[in-house]
Order: sequence, then C-alpha cells, then structure tokens
Amino acid sequence: MSTTWRIVNGRIIDPVNGVDRIGELLIRDGALVESAADLPADTPVIDAGGCWVVPGLIDMHVHLREPGEEYKEDILTGAQAAASGGFTAVACMPNTKPVNDNAAITAMIRAQAAEAAVRVYPVGAISLGSSGQQLAELGEMQAAGAVAVSDDGHPVRDSQLMRRALEYASNFKLPVISHSEEASLSTGVMNEGPVATRLGLKGIPTAAESIMVYREIALAEITGTPVHIAHVSTAMSLDLIRAAKARGVRVSAETAPHYFTLTDEAVEGYDTNTKMNPPLRSAADREAIRTALGDGTLDVIATDHAPHSILEKEVEFDHAANGIIGLETSLPLGLALVREKVLDPSRLIALMSANPARILGLPGGALTPGMVADITLIDPECTFTYSADQVVSKSRNTPFLGWKLQGRAVMTMVSGDIRYNILS
Amino acid sequence: MSTGYYFAHRHILGIEQLSAEDISHILNTADSFKEISDRPIKKVPTLRGHTIINLFFEPSTRTRLSFEVAAKRMSADTFNISASTSSTTKGETLVDTARNISAMHPDIIIIRHSCSGAPLLLSKHVKAAVVNAGDGAHEHPSQGLLDMMTVKEHRGTLSGLKIAIIGDITHSRVARSDVIGFTRMGSDVHLHGPATLIPQGIEQLGAIVSPSLEEAVRDADVVMTLRIQRERQNDPLLPSLREYSRQFGISRKILSLAKPDALVMHPGPVNRGVELPPDVADGTQSVILDQVTNGVAVRMALLYLVMGNS
Repeated sequence: MSTTWRIVNGRIIDPVNGVDRIGELLIRDGALVESAADLPADTPVIDAGGCWVVPGLIDMHVHLREPGEEYKEDILTGAQAAASGGFTAVACMPNTKPVNDNAAITAMIRAQAAEAAVRVYPVGAISLGSSGQQLAELGEMQAAGAVAVSDDGHPVRDSQLMRRALEYASNFKLPVISHSEEASLSTGVMNEGPVATRLGLKGIPTAAESIMVYREIALAEITGTPVHIAHVSTAMSLDLIRAAKARGVRVSAETAPHYFTLTDEAVEGYDTNTKMNPPLRSAADREAIRTALGDGTLDVIATDHAPHSILEKEVEFDHAANGIIGLETSLPLGLALVREKVLDPSRLIALMSANPARILGLPGGALTPGMVADITLIDPECTFTYSADQVVSKSRNTPFLGWKLQGRAVMTMVSGDIRYNILS
Repeated sequence: MSTGYYFAHRHILGIEQLSAEDISHILNTADSFKEISDRPIKKVPTLRGHTIINLFFEPSTRTRLSFEVAAKRMSADTFNISASTSSTTKGETLVDTARNISAMHPDIIIIRHSCSGAPLLLSKHVKAAVVNAGDGAHEHPSQGLLDMMTVKEHRGTLSGLKIAIIGDITHSRVARSDVIGFTRMGSDVHLHGPATLIPQGIEQLGAIVSPSLEEAVRDADVVMTLRIQRERQNDPLLPSLREYSRQFGISRKILSLAKPDALVMHPGPVNRGVELPPDVADGTQSVILDQVTNGVAVRMALLYLVMGNS
C-alpha cells in the first residue's frame, strides 16, 4: 500500500495555517511534505477535483462498547464507521464493562486499536468505576495511552472530587472532560417543556446542565486548570461558557450534531432514537448552539456516538437507553450548517479537526509539512439517502435513517494509508 | 351526524387524534348503547365471536372492570392479563408480549401501562385494534370521553362551558385527555393546583392556568378534582395532604363560587377529605357515579367503533 501521494485539484482547507485554496497536497511515506521535489517521480496521483482536502476529522467523544458490550459495537466496527464518516481518529469514553479506570483496560483498548481503521485514543475514567467516590490512577492510565479523563455518562456529583481531579490531572496535562449534569434535577427522559407535557414524559430542565456547567467553570477558575464541557445542549450553558472564556477561564466545549439539527419536537411519536442525554432541547437552544458554533463559544463538534441494539431501543420510551450513533452522519449534518451560512468551511474543519486535536494534544488537525498525513477528502455536493442497509456501525440507532443528506467523506487516509475510499 | 362521515380510527390511542366530529360520533354512539345497561338482559350480540384482551401493566380495578363489563355486554370473549412492567427483567419486552398475544389473533387489545407511549408501541407490533386504557401521564381517552358524555348529559352541550380542573395536573393522563377533549369541543378548561404539579407548557394544549383556586372555580360549569399523591419517587411535591386539603380542596365555600348547579366530578378513586370533603363528594352536585355508569357506555361505543373499522 502506497503512503506516498500527490493529491491534486482539491480545495485545501487548513484552518490552523489559514489556508483555503485550490492546490496540491504532497505526502511522502505517510507524512506531509513541502514541495514536489521531495516526491519520487512515479508518485501516484489522486485527482480531488470538486472535493475538499482537509486534515483528518477527529471525533473526541465516542462510545465503542469494547470491552463488555461487543453486541452493540466493538473497536474495529466503530473505527470502520469512523473511517466511512471521514474521521481519522476517535477518542472513546470509559463507560465500558468493566470501566476503563485502570492502565490494564487502557492498554487493552490500545492493543485492539492497533488493528483499527482509524486512530483510537482511550479516555480514562476520573473515578474508580466512574462511581464518583475515589480518583482513578490517572497517571498510570496516561502512561498506558489515555489522552483525557472523564466520568462520561456518570456526572461527578461530589464537587471536592471534581476539584481534585482537575488539579491532579494537571500534573499529567490530561484534559478533564465533564459530563455536566446535576443528577437530582435530571430524573426525566426528555427536555422539560411543552412537548414533554403533551407526551406525558418526565422532563429534564435545562438547569440540570447549566448548574453543573457553572460548577465546572468555577472549579476551573479557582484552580487555574482547563476543563472541557461535553455535549452542551442549552443556551444557558453557552452564556456561562461565553462569559467564562471572556474572563480568561480555560474552558472548552463541544456539542453534537443532533443538538444543532433536531429539537425536542422530534420526540413526538415516542421514537426512542430521539432519546439521549442530555436530551434534545427547544428551538431556542438549537439556535443558540448554532450561533455558538460560529462565534467560538463552542470549540468542537463531537458525535457522542452511542451504539445500542434493539434490545435497548425497541422498548417503552421510559425504558429505552440513551444515545444514538453519529459517526456516519456528523459530517453531512455539519456541512448543512455551511450551506445554511451558519459556518464557513474553515470554521467547520476547525470544529471537527483542528480544535479537538489541540484540546487533546493529538497529532493531526492541520496540514503543516512534517505532520502525519491524516487526510479526509470531502465531496460537499453529492447527495445520498442514509438507509439502514448502508449503516457501517454494528448498531442502527439513529433518528437520521431515511434522511436525504448532502455531502460526505469520499476518502479517509491515516498516515497516508487509504482506509476508506468511494472516490469515483 | 353529517352525511359522509365515517369513523376512521383503527386504534384509540388518545383524544389528541380525534376530531370534534369523531368525539361527537363516539358520544352519540355511547348514548345509544346506554340503555342496554338498563335492560333486564344486559347483552347484545354485536361483538359475538370477537376476542378482546385486557392487557394491564398497572393495577386497576375500575377501568379494567368497566372495559370488561362493556365487552361482555357486547358478547365479546374477554381475557385479562395482569402483566408486570418489570417482566423486561425476565427477558420479555412489551414487543415480545405483543407479538405473542398477536399470534393468538385477538381482535382488540386494551392496554394500561405506566409508560407514556406504550399503546402506540404496541399498535406497531400487533394486528389487533389497540385501545389505550391509560398510559403514563399521557392520555386516558376513554376517561376523557366519559367525562365529556357526563357533562353533555347534564348541560346539553359541550360548547361555551367553563371547566375547572384542580389538583395534580403533571402526573394526570385524565387531565391531558380532558384538556384536549373539552377545548376541542369548544369549552374553556381552567387549571389550578400547587405549582409543583402544573407542568410547563400545558397552555399549549389549550388550557388556561389560573393564578388562584377562586379564579379557577368562579362561575365554572364543572369542577373536577384529581387524585393527589404527596410524594412521587422522592420528588417533594407537597408538604402534607392536610395542607393540600386546606389550600386546594374543594370545600362547600369554594364550590359556592361556581355556578349554582355546577357539576362536581372526579375520575376516582376519591381521597375523601383531601381533594373533596365527603359532603361535596357525595353531595347533590356530585355526578361521580354518573361518570362510572357512562364509562361502560363509552367503552362499549369504542369497542364497537374500532371493530367496525377493522
């Protein structure tokens, strides 16, 4: 397999280097090089005419279910779904069975990932068993390959523990990712409001998220450490993050495509593929998220890819598991924001590649000569209907089945090696 | 009935899916069936040979009995299943149960479930007509219809009335079905209760949330109270039932603010002395037992109409 390429005629979009132009991208032995003089004469050419050529997309928030729930997804199938969605790297959350709260599990995930289609970076747990009682061995997990820590899915209730986690993680420069949710307010199954009232479903108020977002900001502020807020869903949280950033707090934040695409109206009909945590919010919240993606309040689009089988989803709404798969639809839904003039192309690539690379300290995220050649080719125009038989992930729990989508990845390359290719 | 009308519903999942014309048609049908229950031989052959399954995932005495009486007066064969919602822990989901029951070829499945939306889920996996006998805090359409039938009997109309509903709106499927039904028929529904029990956005269903009990009840044609529970799942909703009865109970004095002949209603069972003092619950304005009687007629009508459309 060649890892030396000349990619020609593409629109090169590289926000880190301020590049957005038609040109050539040169790759030798899996790394980006400056000039054609560095390439052998017989270097194969990829014609990327009509396509964007961007640094490989990075999804910093996925659930790959291995170890423990391989009937939903495993590292290899999840990575394959990632490659087909244009991602060259993913960071997988620790809520596996057992929880990734120690170096042995972290190392096991890394070992499995060696065979995967894309780079897979484990996120370790903050607390043992993610039970919020005792700090996990963060340093050991980092040595084994963890790139961040989070008790995702199990918000850290104890504020002292969260404070200590932020402080202790800073010794290892490990980013701490907060699933911000005040549990006592969060006993419902969808967004609190008129739709929940009409459907007779118990609501989760926006304050359940915003209260905890403010706690994390306050803790980051007094400790001087960075904190990353996962899957922001409310306008109130964004106001808090915006104000914190303005006064220099080291807070970064992500949202997921479903929060900028759907609202709680989608729950009508009790489709369990619209059940996730945090829940789909109001139209005003969705609008605030779209604004925040553009103005820099939000740094990252991450999918929260959460595979579940029909065992967890073909049940009463109250009993259904939270979460949807997202790796294969994130880019098309992001491209819709570009068409709707919410984002320019460079901003989209910053949100989906450059910024997650920076926050987690990962290779990639830019097209600087000398860097690894993790590259995604995007056809922004092609349309397709996302149907069940096309789903690459092992699970099919997504509200976007049957949607007509525009724009998709046509080639995904990790260190110059082609891992996914539908380029005609 | 207007010419060309026909009842187009295969399932009865909620009042929300019913038009004003549908509701009138159901109530007229129920009215015509009511006298069957007054006959010495209370049985008509209308649903002979039809199989009706009562699938109750929640304890219920009144509603289940009412549906069973209705079905038997129509000569249907009825079967009762008291299922546990926790049967999922034994590996059987609602969908499994539905497919198994469906394989026995029932004509109608009547379902009561603690989860909102469960009847809709059931309807997607069975061939039978599905009748919702109450799902979570969503809807209780047969109760809404029997409430409308009772009010119409006493008032002669469902249009231009003031209906006051007092109590726990948040957890009440009866409140939702009544709000949708009465407003669709042209009446105003005024709600009042502790703010802990008034759900956000209920106005979007057409209800008017009253700032005080007095304002809700003043000049009302109907005063309906809902059963109250002090606490649910560790959610502190009320300090005490004693305070509730004093602040939100319908005393004679409060009732005197309503129209002199206002109807007192309750979906039952009444916490006597909490929502209503005994002299009001059993007083001359109370039509609580008429509601029960009409429940059988409404349910006969629903079973008849969904079968007519299969």
